[in-house]
Amino acid sequence: MLKIGSGAGFSGDRIEPAELLLEHANLDYLVLECLAERTIALAQQRKLHDEKAGYDPLLEKRMRSLLPLLIENDVRLITNMGAANPIAAAEKTLEIAKELNLSCKVAAVTGDDVLNQIDLNSVPWEANHSISQFEPIISANAYLGIDAIIPALNSDANIIITGRVADPSLFLAPQVYHFGWSKEDYPKLGQGLITGHLLECSSQISGGYFSDTHKKEVPDLVNIGFPYATIAADGRAVISKVEGTGGLIDLRTVKEQLLYEIHDPTNYITPDVIADLSTVQIREIGKNQVEIMNGTGRERPKSLKVSVGYHAGYLGEGEISYAGSYALERAELAGEILKERLLMHFPDLRIDYIGLSSVHRTNFGNATIPYEIRLRAAGYHNSKQTAGLIGEEVEALYLNGPAAGGGARKKITESIGVLSTLIEREQVQPEVYIKEWLTGEAMKN
Amino acid sequence: MANRGGDEELKLVEIAHSRAGDKGNILSLSLIPYKEKDYERLCQNVTPAAVKDHLKDIVKGEVIRYELPNIKALNFVCYQSLLGGVTTSLAMDTHGKTLSSALLEMKID
Repeated sequence: MLKIGSGAGFSGDRIEPAELLLEHANLDYLVLECLAERTIALAQQRKLHDEKAGYDPLLEKRMRSLLPLLIENDVRLITNMGAANPIAAAEKTLEIAKELNLSCKVAAVTGDDVLNQIDLNSVPWEANHSISQFEPIISANAYLGIDAIIPALNSDANIIITGRVADPSLFLAPQVYHFGWSKEDYPKLGQGLITGHLLECSSQISGGYFSDTHKKEVPDLVNIGFPYATIAADGRAVISKVEGTGGLIDLRTVKEQLLYEIHDPTNYITPDVIADLSTVQIREIGKNQVEIMNGTGRERPKSLKVSVGYHAGYLGEGEISYAGSYALERAELAGEILKERLLMHFPDLRIDYIGLSSVHRTNFGNATIPYEIRLRAAGYHNSKQTAGLIGEEVEALYLNGPAAGGGARKKITESIGVLSTLIEREQVQPEVYIKEWLTGEAMKN
Repeated sequence: MANRGGDEELKLVEIAHSRAGDKGNILSLSLIPYKEKDYERLCQNVTPAAVKDHLKDIVKGEVIRYELPNIKALNFVCYQSLLGGVTTSLAMDTHGKTLSSALLEMKID
């Protein structure tokens, strides 16, 4: 049996649940998935300013708390916290190991950066014109698969740090390595990948992002436990969590996560296999224990997906509140004033009335006028200075708008757009860089 | 009570749950009945056309429905639904993460 834990499902995820997994779940591997679509482009920008930067901003914090437990419990770590700079992330990790006096071998997986290889004249999935028209391009990263990770597993590195890798591949790689599955055994790869998909968002399968306080109550969300899978050689997996932690794993939480971000369930395309969820069988075999089996798959695609990050201008935002009688009318008057003052710069200016219809752009006829209304204005502009006008005009409503507006806030956010395209697999050359640090004691042995 | 069991109009939120996902400008919505016996009822009532109509202020493109009888669940894929997608949308909820709640507001017979 192989045990793989999920210690982070996004870059800002909580750290304590990963510590609990390391202490109590008797894991073989811990996986930290920390890389969202835009993150790598932002990281690439940091790397341009500083060649030792460009990895996950929380890497140091996570490594300081997890490294001692990983080494003590002999658990190997696989993470995409390398972001735009896996080698710098590996160096930083070794530096922390030295400080903590822990022997440690770190592998960095590179090769996902394909900025110099992509065809700028190709048309991305999201548009009708070529990538080159989305200047300035910041980054282009291919989604690597198990082929890139397994060489690192073949070394005896404790810590494996990647950049862009398909999220579920982080979990599939240790299964293929441990059980010696053939890379052409697509049914097993499909099942293993589905287990990875279930684990990749940490607590989204163990009761996180689930409670509706009504029909879907979840116990002790405060102390929610993260999931781990106990996997058999045929790929069959049982998802569970550490006893005594909060949260919930049952058929409902597993079904929600199984379909999360899935389009055609028979055609879940990844670098390693085209997985098929339509044959999956799930059953509860105990409290907070769900068995997953019978997932399958077909031959992997010939090309890899590439995410291209480009600078998409600046998002300017401003907010202000109105309360009491006629609050909505005053907010609407403020909205009309903003439109007239800003439309020449922002033809797509968006005005939201928070509390009424801002989130779904409708309220399905359920409108009741709330006691208070918060107005939000938002727009994009290529110029940071012009984007800032939105916040400035919202703030100016204090003296130049309707009565009794309060709590104005303004913000400018640099925006990264993402485009998708493909690259031939042969054009991508993953490499593994390995570096080791031994304590004095370990060297004597 | 004028309504009789099984015949009344009810909101999906009473019999099913959902999670939203985003990929670019494409929204995916699962729909999972609490009781597996309600799966057929969802298949009959929650058609792609009905979902497109219910979410007409949100979904600007095609709605495709995938059926998963193996786990008694439906999956809806809605094109052109996220104002351009998380990276450049002007919406409050750029991911469309709250849109599962919008689907569950739908009423069926």
